[in-house]
Amino acid sequence: MAVYAEGVALLGFIGESAVALAGCIAHPSRMRWRPLLSNIGSAGVNALPIVGLLSFLLGVVVAYQGSGQLRQYGANIFVVDLVGISMLREFAPLITAIIIAGRSGSAYAAQIGTMAVTEEIDAMRTLGIAPLEVLVLPKILALLIVLPLLTVFADLCGVCGGMLMARAQLGVGFEEFFERFTNVVSVTTYLVGIGKAPVFAAIIAVVGCFQGFRTKGGADSVGRQTTRSVVQSSFLVIVADAMFSIAFSALDL
Amino acid sequence: MPDTLLATAPPDAAVIEISKLSTRFGDHVVHADLDFDVRRGEIFAVIGGSGSGKSTLLREMILLHRPDAGSIRVLGVDLGDIDAAATLALRLRWGVMFQHGGLFGSLTILENIGLPLREHRTLDNAVVDALAAEKLALTGLQPEVGAQYPAELSGGMLKRASLARALILDPELLFLDEPTAGLDPESAGGVDQLVRKLRDRGGLTIVMITHDLDLLWQLADRVAVLADGKVQGIGSMAELAQMDQPAIRKFFDGPRGRAAQEQSKSPAAAHQAAAPRAAAPRAAAPQAASIRS
Ligand SMILES: Nc1ncnc2c1ncn2[C@@H]1O[C@H](COP(=O)(O)OP(=O)(O)OP(=O)(O)O)[C@@H](O)[C@H]1O
Ligand SMILES: [Mg+2]
Repeated sequence: MAVYAEGVALLGFIGESAVALAGCIAHPSRMRWRPLLSNIGSAGVNALPIVGLLSFLLGVVVAYQGSGQLRQYGANIFVVDLVGISMLREFAPLITAIIIAGRSGSAYAAQIGTMAVTEEIDAMRTLGIAPLEVLVLPKILALLIVLPLLTVFADLCGVCGGMLMARAQLGVGFEEFFERFTNVVSVTTYLVGIGKAPVFAAIIAVVGCFQGFRTKGGADSVGRQTTRSVVQSSFLVIVADAMFSIAFSALDL
Repeated sequence: MPDTLLATAPPDAAVIEISKLSTRFGDHVVHADLDFDVRRGEIFAVIGGSGSGKSTLLREMILLHRPDAGSIRVLGVDLGDIDAAATLALRLRWGVMFQHGGLFGSLTILENIGLPLREHRTLDNAVVDALAAEKLALTGLQPEVGAQYPAELSGGMLKRASLARALILDPELLFLDEPTAGLDPESAGGVDQLVRKLRDRGGLTIVMITHDLDLLWQLADRVAVLADGKVQGIGSMAELAQMDQPAIRKFFDGPRGRAAQEQSKSPAAAHQAAAPRAAAPRAAAPQAASIRS
């Protein structure tokens, strides 16, 4: 029952955000550029090291786990297929989204939640400033811009990790790796991975902001809503990923 | 714009008219058929025990919460069926001082005060800063405070800054939520004085929620006592003191109630009305000092 009520409230929030977004598109002068840029900085630029490192390690692990099996069959070169396709299609978009959910989604919930507790949201409304326009839209737009770019970066780092491991474990040289990579990994594979990022971005930003606005009462409530935002957005991202897999297989992509 | 609106409304017209207001949170009834009016130019106070629904009532008057039934008219506009444009127009005609200030932590005090101007008027930055500094001075804060962030200020300074922001658009109506709660007697006295100063400037209607008996006796023109979801009594403090509903007696019969009442009648009160409570008379009368502990 609580889940149902929360789902309805989330849908309502999505609707309000969409209306605010439409309003900003109709009147671009209402767009808040400063928070947008600062959000791009904090959610995007500052996340590069952690996203790069974790996807690099993921590439290493995938190549390492595959190498034992592949070597048994003498199919060493297939490590390229394994790393290339799994990273670009699945792992890079997913790990990026999970990191950003933990990093930025939680920050959004905490920021808005704290503002709700200190009456800043109420004050904003009474001053005739729409909290959705100032607090929510810049965050959603920033993640929509940043997450696909971070995913590209994660693709790159992950493949690099796999490539290093392929040489160390399976003796597949960099040149060999590249040649096969360009043959087996299609542009579609790349685009399928990148294409999921905006959807994940919307989920993370909307859930983070939504949970922030649901903060009621004191400081412990901020903590609770922050935790919820991370759990819910990670959950929804994985559900969305599963639905993408079904949709893509139905479409034969 | 306010001039034309003032011209159309009769001078003694009600600024706020509330009728048959009902509010529920789940099964918990907060307001049951509540009625009262606030007249133009008066200082109107709402009092009541903890949980009697004062803050909720305030939130309903400033369009932050929708009542379950009944109607509220503020400045001649019915809040029941109001669209976004009318909401904005109305919000620019009143100012709200929040209990905890509600100042934006990411902006300096001067930026906080000037924010409504930046949002809703097209003015040069220099002009905005000058107007904000003027309000800052009006509320008795030092100019240096303008450059500080809310986290660096004391509770009393936050309330003053919040009041300065509420006044920046020169509102017709001012809402104060617990203007003196949590302040030491000296700062509370300062806030009293400030409210008095605002009233004396004229043209402003003030609605406040308070527990502060001194503030009520010295400043409020009329007071509404809220209990059990209804207005139990309404009138000046002297009139309320004559009523004998238990919910009203509570405010007059306790030791603190009597002390404040005595103080308002004593010759010192006449002096205080001219030069509102300061730290000195307070310290001289130990009983009075204990009123606000
Ligand atoms: N958002 C809410 N959800 C559920 N119940 C609420 C909500 N806001 C207020 N209430 C309940 O409504 C009642 C009145 O609350 P309100 O804050 O208006 O009291 P109050 O008169 O301002 O009290 P105090 O003097 O302690 O500030 C309380 O019982 C409170 O629990
Ligand atoms: Mg209250």
